Amino acid sequence: MASHKHNEPESDMALRVKAIEQLLSEKGLVDPTGIDRLIELYETRVGPHNGARVVAKAWTDPDYRARLLENGTDAIAELDVSGIQGENMVVVENTQNVHNVVVCTLCSCYPWPVLGLPPRWYKSPPYRSRVVREPRTVLEEFGVEVPSDVEVRVWDSSAEIRYMVLPSQPEGSKGKSEEELAEMVTRDGMIGVATV
Amino acid sequence: MDGIHDMGGMHGFGKIEREENEPLFHADWEARAFGLSLQAADGIGFVDDHLRANIERIPAAKYLRSSYYELWMQSLESIAIEKGVLTQQEIEARIATLSEGGRAEGGSDLSLDEMDEAIAGGASTKRPDVVVAAGFKSGDKVRVKNDHPRHHTRATRYCRGRLGEVIADHGVFVFPDSNSEWQGENPEHCYTVMFAAEELWGEAGTQGDSVTVDLWESYLEHG
Repeated sequence: MASHKHNEPESDMALRVKAIEQLLSEKGLVDPTGIDRLIELYETRVGPHNGARVVAKAWTDPDYRARLLENGTDAIAELDVSGIQGENMVVVENTQNVHNVVVCTLCSCYPWPVLGLPPRWYKSPPYRSRVVREPRTVLEEFGVEVPSDVEVRVWDSSAEIRYMVLPSQPEGSKGKSEEELAEMVTRDGMIGVATV
Repeated sequence: MDGIHDMGGMHGFGKIEREENEPLFHADWEARAFGLSLQAADGIGFVDDHLRANIERIPAAKYLRSSYYELWMQSLESIAIEKGVLTQQEIEARIATLSEGGRAEGGSDLSLDEMDEAIAGGASTKRPDVVVAAGFKSGDKVRVKNDHPRHHTRATRYCRGRLGEVIADHGVFVFPDSNSEWQGENPEHCYTVMFAAEELWGEAGTQGDSVTVDLWESYLEHG
């Protein structure tokens, strides 16, 4: 795993986590090297680059786009992307009539296989409390102005469905390759707090 | 449970603070806490319903002071104690040993590909083999029951008593209210219900805007 702040004395939390890990490991309930691998997996293979591939393919392949909107989980799995917190995926498309944005007001549910682990702001009380109530103000703070004739639709991930936004393809990007398009797709665009 | 975690629509939390070039984990212990929680769920035998329910039992002031992974660890610790896997005394004793520089190592080896394979299937709480009648269908007008249970629930406070429209039936899923209490999975249909912003927020809602909430059968009645 990547190294963090190694020179500081161990915090109370660091000691607590280590103690619980050791005790559970001694009882055969967790495997420390398994924990190493899990961390490494999320630091290397799982992240918004996966979602970006999905979006780029949907932009270039109308049949794939249709499959993605029909059954997100299966279409995403076509690209070998699946796993924890992505077992039941719904992809919602931004159009000329609707701008979608995703939140989990109750905890911080987030589609890990396509977007990785959530940023702090997504998990924070200000975002969770405000985006359902004043989404247009929140979106403006993120730099997104949604015209008044476009519906803002907020998806509160309150159950076990995980949502990803399919952003509108930017003007002038037709004809680019899937790889080039994937480079243009951002994590925030797939949460719905940015346009691409 | 009408707890601080159910914060959709609340005022007073201030501005959304974004971090430039945010790292995946803000400290080594956060990374360990993440991996440990996933592994312990399998080892001890609990699911997200239990993790969430135990987070929600953390007193409100402490909840707000705690970071995301601190909440996870407090919850994991309380589940491990509740299930009789650990005691508070042995945790505190081990912390004392560790703070004096003690260390234990162990475990088997597992490659990154093996782990990738192991998590690829996920751990869905959808129960496609369980046959339960659907009381609602897309297009139905529904009202969220005005229930305020003391236990874990996923009907957000801001939608209770409000009128919405079913826009999707996702099939049958484990019911968190009973599962979180170790009272069985009792799977039932889970729906996406769309609410007009004005229905939820009155004049503060923008006409034409909407919020969707995913709600289990038991939370709903015909509107």
